[in-house]
Amino acid sequence: MDDLIIGGEKFSSRLIMGTGGAPSLEVLDAALAASGTELTTVAMRRLDPSARGSVLDVLRARGIKVLPNTAGCFTAGEAVLTARLAREALETDWVKLEVISDERTLLPDPIETFDAAERLVADGFTVLPYIGDDPALARRLEQAGCAAVMPLGAPIGSGLGIRNPHNIELIVEAAGVPVILDAGIGTASDAALAMELGCDAVLLATAVTRAQRPELMAEAMRSAVRAGRAARLAGRIPRRRYAEASSPMNP
Amino acid sequence: MNVTINGAAHELPSGATVAQAVRKLTETRSGVAVAVNDEVVSRGAWDSTALAEADRVEVLTAVQGG
Repeated sequence: MDDLIIGGEKFSSRLIMGTGGAPSLEVLDAALAASGTELTTVAMRRLDPSARGSVLDVLRARGIKVLPNTAGCFTAGEAVLTARLAREALETDWVKLEVISDERTLLPDPIETFDAAERLVADGFTVLPYIGDDPALARRLEQAGCAAVMPLGAPIGSGLGIRNPHNIELIVEAAGVPVILDAGIGTASDAALAMELGCDAVLLATAVTRAQRPELMAEAMRSAVRAGRAARLAGRIPRRRYAEASSPMNP
Repeated sequence: MNVTINGAAHELPSGATVAQAVRKLTETRSGVAVAVNDEVVSRGAWDSTALAEADRVEVLTAVQGG
């Protein structure tokens, strides 16, 4: 079996889903089922007494492991508190660490992220940090004890795909922990490319939840991740400048 | 005694506990976490932790995101 292993836990699906942006819990539920995901992110927010239904109920009913994130945090201190609250509420020590630098780009702040990662690892968390496509930072976070690294393809929700495939390859080459391409996926070919580049998994939300037909896009992403992974394992042919005949040239 | 619960002012009897503050919002305990003045109060300590005047109580749960 070609399992994905993060922090000692096995997953047969290499597609990690987010839950943001879905028009309803029913649409989300159908999309999650179609995606085949086994690990899905949620955010932590103030309890709203008027809210009906819970994303947690959807995940529990599907047997999907919940991965709380620290979305909305701008400092290491906020992220550490949010992670501790998530651990308390959800009874998991897994956290997708996300510390953003500004609201316009939502790009991750490397300094705050590293600071929070060190503190959370010391506190016993299984830390999956969301970072820029920076090979040096990825290595430092691995050395700090993170269970995976999650470089972006492009800004969150942008659908711009993988803007710097070369850096993603450099991160993959050096990494001893799983590399999860997170953010920027717009369509199925982007997810396939991430896997072809050697990423161990893909995390996406918007590309599915805001697609015109979320369930169908979820199915497309599931196939794309599988196809990209198979192509990576199969080993692609080298790129050539000129043709190479595939039929014998002599009559 | 005046405290803030999720950003809104609330009046609670003197010596009220974290559990009483949570009940202002919900009867559910699972899937919910509480911080008082930015320190997590574990679920097992809600009934025994008394609040003080001007405490800031945050009651959080998981929502769609990421």
